[in-house]
Amino acid sequence: MLRYTFRRLLLALPVLVGISVIAFFMVRLVPGDTVTALLGAHYSEAEAAALRQKYELDRPLVVQYFVWLGHVLSGDLGVSAFTGEPVLGTIVSRLAVTVQLVVISIGFAVLVAVPLGVMAAVGRGGRTDFVATVFGLLGISVPGFWLGVLFILLFSLYLGWLPSGGFVSLVDDPVANLRHMAMPGLALGMAVAAVVMRMTRGAMLDVLGEDYVRMARAKGVPRRRLIIRHALRNALIPVVTVTGIQAGYLLGGSIVIEQVFSLPGIGLLALQAITNRDYALLQGTVLFVAVAFVLINLLVDLIYARLDPRIEY
Amino acid sequence: MREAWHRLGRNPLALGGLTVIAAFLVCAAGAPFIAPYDPYAMSEGSMLRPPGPEHWLGADQFGRDILSRVVHGARISLRVGLIAVGIALSAGTLLGVIAGYFGRWIDQLVSRLFEVVFAFPDILLALVIMAILGPSTTNVMIAIGIVYTPIFGRIARGSTLAVRNATYVEAARSMGVGHGMIMARHVLPNITAPMIIQTTLSFAFAILAEAALSFLGLGVEPDAPSWGIMLSEGRNWMQHGWWIAVFPGLAITLAVLSFNVVGDGLRDALDPRLRGRGDVP
Repeated sequence: MLRYTFRRLLLALPVLVGISVIAFFMVRLVPGDTVTALLGAHYSEAEAAALRQKYELDRPLVVQYFVWLGHVLSGDLGVSAFTGEPVLGTIVSRLAVTVQLVVISIGFAVLVAVPLGVMAAVGRGGRTDFVATVFGLLGISVPGFWLGVLFILLFSLYLGWLPSGGFVSLVDDPVANLRHMAMPGLALGMAVAAVVMRMTRGAMLDVLGEDYVRMARAKGVPRRRLIIRHALRNALIPVVTVTGIQAGYLLGGSIVIEQVFSLPGIGLLALQAITNRDYALLQGTVLFVAVAFVLINLLVDLIYARLDPRIEY
Repeated sequence: MREAWHRLGRNPLALGGLTVIAAFLVCAAGAPFIAPYDPYAMSEGSMLRPPGPEHWLGADQFGRDILSRVVHGARISLRVGLIAVGIALSAGTLLGVIAGYFGRWIDQLVSRLFEVVFAFPDILLALVIMAILGPSTTNVMIAIGIVYTPIFGRIARGSTLAVRNATYVEAARSMGVGHGMIMARHVLPNITAPMIIQTTLSFAFAILAEAALSFLGLGVEPDAPSWGIMLSEGRNWMQHGWWIAVFPGLAITLAVLSFNVVGDGLRDALDPRLRGRGDVP
């Protein structure tokens, strides 16, 4: 397992280098620069030159990349030109919101999708299967941000049950935190629930057709035990993988939901960085999200290898 | 292939999806004739007018007719979908077939490139590309096209790997047929089925992505009647009128749902392995 982990890490290295190249050079292609964004419309060339020197923007691009990479490897993602705060600190301070959003979405998705997918597969062609199919199709088709708007209309404006936006820390007030995160979590989790449900249904149908399930049935294993102990346990392996990959995608998907509910997470941070043309912040956020995505995928691969004994280390 | 189309024709859900897509296409093509009002025309007397006989889907904060804007929005969404998917399909197929056919370092290079692009969440990558290019309909098409290129590339590469050593390819090679001709005449026709399925499903992704980018203010031109922009404006005015946000979202959902349903139908029709799976205990 250790060798497998090491090999997967080695394979991830070129991807991580590629991510750093894209994150750096792509952000540099954004028109205008931090200096002009900071100084506004009226500034002297001397002021601009001084700021460019301060942020090392006057050096050749390739040199800037290696200087930046050196800083990144030592844990320094630079300083936001707008707030003057360290980028890594800003990202970490926003991370809790996005992570909580992702956890609620995944939790909701698994709680709804796995039982529904199992019931749909077991009752294939029946009423539950039809309901599950409709749910699966609607889930992947309804835009999360529209669902969020509908939730606000219903639960905030008409019923007045939940706040329409903003964030309260879990530590400060757990109940208020849950009230603020319930709607964004559900809106973001619906698409994941649909994907996981479709995967569970498909995996269960595959497993239910296997010889060992037929054998267990022939031996008189009770139906409930057959489904849960023999079929679901094996069907869950690909489901775990898909759920993990979805967690990575949610990091990006949260941008729009955070905007709908004014949640101060990583997504909203990236959007603010784009609006303010804050190079360091945008680079840091893009890099952070992409690296997190690769690491989540790596973790999913390792979990998969651990769960499935057929994978050779 | 004919049998597959016949199978698709017997799928009522897919047929329903195709009908809705056809209706959207008619709306897009004939928007100026179908829409009851000019989608840009403001009217002080109609501001925030709820749905009624004069404005079937109501009017927005500037008194613009929502039905007319939704009908014109179909034009933007379908055009963005068509061209963005066209870009992704062309670039992805080209890269994927070359990588799968030649293998070795070309395959390694292209595959790593795809992996790197895949590492960026699609909306984030599209957002950064839009920040570089600036908000416009053309740029949205380019951004979405770039983001979805690796999806097509990966499928094309995998399918090419499966056929590159087939007897008919070996035979063509031994007869001295050039690589370009082999890829065009022998590889491409044999990888069309998965590409058709992915194209249909990608239309749904592209429509969603355009709406999301426009919703965030980095999509099409700010005054364009895009469903995403309408939804974003509707969110700001929803305490004054639910209809401003509800109908554009409904249009997005209906369009995306139709493409997903047709995509699923095509997959069932073209991939026989997916039928008849499993036994119910």
